[in-house]
Amino acid sequence: MKKHLNTLFVMTQGTYLSKEGECVQVRVEGVDKAHIPIHTLGGIVCFGNVLCSPFLLGHCAEHGVAVSFLTENGRFLARVQGPVSGNVLLRREQYRWADDPASSTRMARYVLTGKLANSRNVLLRTARDHGDDGRGEGLRAAALRLADCLRRLERQELTLDEVRGIEGEAGAAYFGAFDALITSDDQAFRFKGRNRRPPLDPTNCLLSFLYTLLLHDIRAALECVGLDPAVGFLHRDRPGRPGLALDILEEFRAVVADRLALSLINLGQVKAKGFETLESGAVLMTDDTRKEVILAYQKRKQEEAEHPFLQEKMAVGLLWHAQALLLARHIRGDLDGYPPYIRR
Amino acid sequence: MTFPESDLVPLSALQHYMFCPRQCALIHVEQIWEESRLTAEGRILHERVDEGGSEKRRDVKRVFALPIRCLRLGLVGKADVVEFHRQADGRWIPYPVEHKRGRRKKEDWDRVQLCAQALCLEEMLGVAVPEGALFYGKEQRREVVAIDDALRQETEEVAAAVHRMLTDGRTPPPEYAPKCDSCSLVDVCLPQGVGGRGNRVARYLTKVLEEP
Repeated sequence: MKKHLNTLFVMTQGTYLSKEGECVQVRVEGVDKAHIPIHTLGGIVCFGNVLCSPFLLGHCAEHGVAVSFLTENGRFLARVQGPVSGNVLLRREQYRWADDPASSTRMARYVLTGKLANSRNVLLRTARDHGDDGRGEGLRAAALRLADCLRRLERQELTLDEVRGIEGEAGAAYFGAFDALITSDDQAFRFKGRNRRPPLDPTNCLLSFLYTLLLHDIRAALECVGLDPAVGFLHRDRPGRPGLALDILEEFRAVVADRLALSLINLGQVKAKGFETLESGAVLMTDDTRKEVILAYQKRKQEEAEHPFLQEKMAVGLLWHAQALLLARHIRGDLDGYPPYIRR
Repeated sequence: MTFPESDLVPLSALQHYMFCPRQCALIHVEQIWEESRLTAEGRILHERVDEGGSEKRRDVKRVFALPIRCLRLGLVGKADVVEFHRQADGRWIPYPVEHKRGRRKKEDWDRVQLCAQALCLEEMLGVAVPEGALFYGKEQRREVVAIDDALRQETEEVAAAVHRMLTDGRTPPPEYAPKCDSCSLVDVCLPQGVGGRGNRVARYLTKVLEEP
């Protein structure tokens, strides 16, 4: 697999990034803070008021370094991209499949098979540590419901709406049991259900932020192989929505984002006071918490994992790149199906 | 028949095709390009040559990074170095010299690329190019190559095959071979992960879903 490269996250307000030879120069209020060689970077993510020189942006575009601009709270604003990469024939075929209900349904079943299997895996892992206490029972019951949903997903004659129905049911079962995965005593992290626009409690806030980080990376991986991240199969077209990136995100939510959120909470790496509640009830992270979460996410991406289909060891941060590649190979007819990422 | 300028194919595609038709399709159809150590080294070696310009001694003029094309075969690219040799009668005959990292290969890949350059020069300048040379960086030596009929015919056949593949827009399936290990695209080609027949994904799903 290709080399896993770092992402530069810039969170200090008023930072100016520019190109200095083959390096990114980082300046804050005119003071030189760092020089980072461009070839070590896979992406740059700017939070809030961070400026980039046009020459740096051009250099990044040329070297396939994805540059994204987010609000200080991590909401996506814009990204800078060089010429569209990859194969127009691949994208045309992607659009044809997205237009065809049978192909879309087939692809939706693949990614949801990955999502459900991975969600179940997360529940069962914790259940194993909790023998017969109430927690373990609840988790196993939810895992059984997920197994049932997985079986129903295998039926060939399903329509896309039926597939979505199964997904909804599986999501309810999974998040219904999610609170039992949280072992922290801090009541602030109790999970009462998924909410996101805006998140209304610290756990949901953490999940949403991790999904955003992951979505950014998956989108870049899809672009890198020449797929259009906006045109999905399970997620239908809506302007501004990266449908295909959201499709692939489904495979990784539980095993990457949820597990990371759980370990941050359960190991006390994030604290209740690292979140603030606004007048509307919306919950935000403090800057320190956000930094902590990003560091943990970056660290997780450096860890090694075995890709179950390719049977090859690679950095976690490359898993979605491998999925993008396998998806492109399937769409171009090299592969008899799309093998979703299922953690074993 | 000649190709319109819009349909010209890079000269390098000939070599990619001869090395492996799938590699050629991955680069020129799928537009995938993974820079590997080998290609990076090749690029650095080429940088001096790519800067362009020319130098002249009494009977030899050397031009670097000369843009060339052949409408008859539908090829376009740059020649690393073209020497112009002054003949006894005062004419200047072009003499392409292609720089290669590494060693001489027994296959015709490099000779065909050189021949393609010769054919470009013949078409553009209206003169015969009977000879050229390959320069191998690792061995620091020149191999003189006669642009003879057999080589010309082989070059034309490869050019036609590349055009057919690009027109069809189809990427041949992978076939794993020892040379795959030296290919800079092995990680996007996935000759072992994607290659092979049958219901590989179906089998994979059965296996991973059955495990507890």
